[in-house]
Amino acid sequence: MIVRLRTVSKNFGDRPAVNNLSLDVPAGICFGLLGPNGAGKTTTLRMIYGVTRPSGGTIQVFGLDISQNLRAVRARLGVTLQQNVLIEALTPEENLRVFGRYHLLREPELSRRIGEVIAFLDLGSHAKVPVKQLSGGFQRRLAIALSLMNRPELLILDEPTTGLDPAVRLALWSRIRELRAAGTTVLITTHYMDEAQRLCDRVAIVSAGKVVDEGSPADLIAAHLAPEAVELDCSPEDESALIDGAGSAPRRLRMGNRVTFYLDNAAPLIDRIRRHDRETHRPIVVRPTNLEDVFLALTGTSLEAGR
Amino acid sequence: MSLSLPHALAVWRRNAAMYRRTWKWNILPNFFEPVLYLVSIGIGLGAYINEMAGTSYLAFIVPGLVCVAAMNGASFEVTYNIYVRLNFEKAYDAMLTTPIEPDDVLAGEILWAITRACIYGGCFFAVIAVAGLAPLPSALWALPLIPLTGLLFAAIGIAFSLRIPNIDLFSFYFTLFLTPLFLFSDVFFPLKERLPAGWLWVGEVLPLLHPVRLARAAFNGEAAPVLLWDVVYMLGASALLLAWARRSVERRLTN
Repeated sequence: MIVRLRTVSKNFGDRPAVNNLSLDVPAGICFGLLGPNGAGKTTTLRMIYGVTRPSGGTIQVFGLDISQNLRAVRARLGVTLQQNVLIEALTPEENLRVFGRYHLLREPELSRRIGEVIAFLDLGSHAKVPVKQLSGGFQRRLAIALSLMNRPELLILDEPTTGLDPAVRLALWSRIRELRAAGTTVLITTHYMDEAQRLCDRVAIVSAGKVVDEGSPADLIAAHLAPEAVELDCSPEDESALIDGAGSAPRRLRMGNRVTFYLDNAAPLIDRIRRHDRETHRPIVVRPTNLEDVFLALTGTSLEAGR
Repeated sequence: MSLSLPHALAVWRRNAAMYRRTWKWNILPNFFEPVLYLVSIGIGLGAYINEMAGTSYLAFIVPGLVCVAAMNGASFEVTYNIYVRLNFEKAYDAMLTTPIEPDDVLAGEILWAITRACIYGGCFFAVIAVAGLAPLPSALWALPLIPLTGLLFAAIGIAFSLRIPNIDLFSFYFTLFLTPLFLFSDVFFPLKERLPAGWLWVGEVLPLLHPVRLARAAFNGEAAPVLLWDVVYMLGASALLLAWARRSVERRLTN
């Protein structure tokens, strides 16, 4: 295991941020830590690279106890923080040089590595432009480039694509896949479920400082919800009318006026909706159940009928 | 204790890399400040003063102004600049994702503040040496006081910067701490001769008074037992403040 957390807790005053959390991140995969804001994701990451000390439990990274081997562990991992930390007056190249020195890289290795990460993240066109003149997407790529300077065996990305446009997100995802293919273990936090589903081999869903469930995205979906989702706008009365006499009530989730039904086969429900509506054909979305549905179901916004 | 000098130097080099971009704008005001005092007070006002403590007035204030240049060089660095790196740029959060530890951050910042003190104090010393205001070689004994003064004021400033809740409080630090020190630490007149007998200890508390007394002794080429106390004060106060700052840095950067 690259990262191994056992019954880890962290309290800030009276408030538990992480509560008895256990987690294993195997080598060479992309592992996603998913959870709503305030679930304890960033605190968990900070404990893994040793900046936050756990109130209880043990943390091993690369098989080493983090509290005893801070420098040795940090020399082998890279972290991209949620907020970009760049020196705005300097160019990307100069930023990379400064950061490489934090890892005690020396010339000529330092310059060689700067060239490599610039090429890897397509920063070449603006490598000599002060960072403050660069776009948000460019700055984010540079922030990730910094965390690659030491050729990390474990790359920790805290919400890497928040606030980026779709093209930049796609480009970053492909870079992250390349890194994983080259053997880097990637630990990522996100609250974009599409990102997790496309990128992660395994995910752990965290809520209120605990792992609620863990597995591959496909397994998690199969374990918690039926494969077909039917979404429609629907009052609570209509909802009860629709499930009345339909055998066992299907699992469903309401967000305001929007209800999603989860079914093995959507056809009978669609049929019932059409019959119920008669002339007024309301719009219905039928789609495969995704990680977003599982996430909402597990983090407490789901309604469950018949239980 | 977990200090690694190579990592501290990496912190130092970050600041040096930024300074290389901005030194032209930074160095001029800091450099001119003591020169302006030298001209206005030393030459202008000094023309009306026959002598002070046995020398010309200009010769009296020059050693103190060397220390003031060092004090100012260090102070700007460990106040506004550290506050910005800590609270706005989050530079230390990024450093702590690498093998750099809080002690390295503190050491690197202190070394950098001393460097700034040496740049300003050294420039001013060069000016007065060229102007023939530094009696050589004895005035050279004042040179080690430049980094020592830098260390002392870096330690004071960093201890302050790590504790204050908002950046506006630095105006208190400058106008209610550094400015009175500048005016009352033997730079412009012998404080002891103006204090009532029961208040002589007040002078000994002022941190700037000690390097000024040492610098003046170096310029005059004379030694006295009290200078030993000045050295002990400077090193002791720096050590105590740094020990305190170490805990503050640890607490601010980790949890």
